[in-house]
Amino acid sequence: MTAEALPEHPDFLWRNPDPKRSYDVVIVGAGGHGLATAYYLAKNHGITNVAVLEKGWLAGGNMARNTTIIRSNYLWDESAAIYEHALKLWEGLPEELDYDFLFSQRGVLNLAHTLQDVREGVRRVNANRLNGVDAEWLEPDEVAKVCPILNVSSRTRYPVLGATFQPRAGIAKHDHVAWALARRADELGVDLIQGCEVTGFLKDGDRVVGVDTNRGRIHAGRVGLAAAGHSSVLAERAGVRLPVQSHPLQALVSELHEPVHPTVVMSNHVHVYVSQAHKGELVMGAGVDSYNGYGQRGSFHVIEQQMAAAVELFPIFARAHVLRTWGGIVDVTPDASPIIGSTPVAGLYVNCGWGTGGFKATPAAGWTFAHTVATGEPHPLNAPFALDRFTTGALIDEHGAAAVAH
Amino acid sequence: MLLITCPWCGPRNETEYHYGGQAHVPYPESPADLTDEQWAEFVFYRDNPKGPFAERWMHSIGCRRWFNVLRDTATHEVLTSYRLDEPRPGGNR
Repeated sequence: MTAEALPEHPDFLWRNPDPKRSYDVVIVGAGGHGLATAYYLAKNHGITNVAVLEKGWLAGGNMARNTTIIRSNYLWDESAAIYEHALKLWEGLPEELDYDFLFSQRGVLNLAHTLQDVREGVRRVNANRLNGVDAEWLEPDEVAKVCPILNVSSRTRYPVLGATFQPRAGIAKHDHVAWALARRADELGVDLIQGCEVTGFLKDGDRVVGVDTNRGRIHAGRVGLAAAGHSSVLAERAGVRLPVQSHPLQALVSELHEPVHPTVVMSNHVHVYVSQAHKGELVMGAGVDSYNGYGQRGSFHVIEQQMAAAVELFPIFARAHVLRTWGGIVDVTPDASPIIGSTPVAGLYVNCGWGTGGFKATPAAGWTFAHTVATGEPHPLNAPFALDRFTTGALIDEHGAAAVAH
Repeated sequence: MLLITCPWCGPRNETEYHYGGQAHVPYPESPADLTDEQWAEFVFYRDNPKGPFAERWMHSIGCRRWFNVLRDTATHEVLTSYRLDEPRPGGNR
């Protein structure tokens, strides 16, 4: 890894307009997914009379709190298709958006510590290859070549028995991704409206025709929800019940260090995932807290366990200091796959349930959700992720490849 | 870390417990009569409120008994805990 200069801190990248009385489309939530949806509504579908409403500040929710990992090594065909579409979009986005958000394809290792992990990993590598996703199975000595600071000794409590490796995976600078999308969406005519909380929905019969907000009533031809952890709270105001549960998910960073960690390492079994940001922080995450919560903070024992795992895997981290910890609220579905599609309320669409892994999907979530909102029909990539799969039973069970316990 | 009071053992740290999701979700009275939509509701749909939430916890490294907790999901405040055969304090289910 080379130390790259950080992009210049930008000046004003988007206008700050007051909401108009009516729009063709209102998107609720100006995180990565909401911004990407607005961008592709304008770019792919020519729909520019769009407002993105954000109760806080732009990209200040989970977009500001995630561990920025991008990969597409999911097990099932439906997931591989949508996450690989995202990864291909990521590969072109810095140029397309004319913004270097430091997308770095440094690869991801998903470690195996048990025989069952090994079997699951090898199976997933084979499934990935059949789906055109780059994937390799590495033995412990090969793992050590990719990431020399990783302890692959057989004398640890949970020895590294191998790993899946996706070389095209990586990280990106999350804030800059949001700003890049916001700037382009704004240039295309989209109104990005911060400090605007949706408090209710306007309906005409069974159809949604607008939203009530703390900044007045806004009429809309169609409304798309992209509110992550608060999706069910929001949908309930429209009379829609969603099969999601909101949990705190914590992450932390260390103080700055010289570049030591060349890739991304994830471990499902001992449960920690680590990469090193461009600036030098070690960025670490673990699993969700077991209980439901909206407090944007979690329990300390989760951090203790993830740190214990990190120090066993990376002995050189033992004297690194934690600089800061934080929590985000993730909306988890029963099959650990997202919901992207229509709702029982006409004109109301939902993009939610990304759980712990929404960041990597940002471009594809925006691409498919924009298609759905623009046409009223699912894109082939998000058709399997419809709300009705919980009734038909056609679940897409990605608890294994989701890589974060939830 | 949450401080949760087991009705039998008293207040203990969250790490002694296992979380069991929403409380007061009865098994269908006549399962054979349920539609697919009703089955989906029973199997996959749970409340997800921002505020007081009645949920099940099990004192897994104590007495190993299940009980219910009323907890505010926005503030993390544990409001009260009660036995499975007791109604939710304050009504509302």
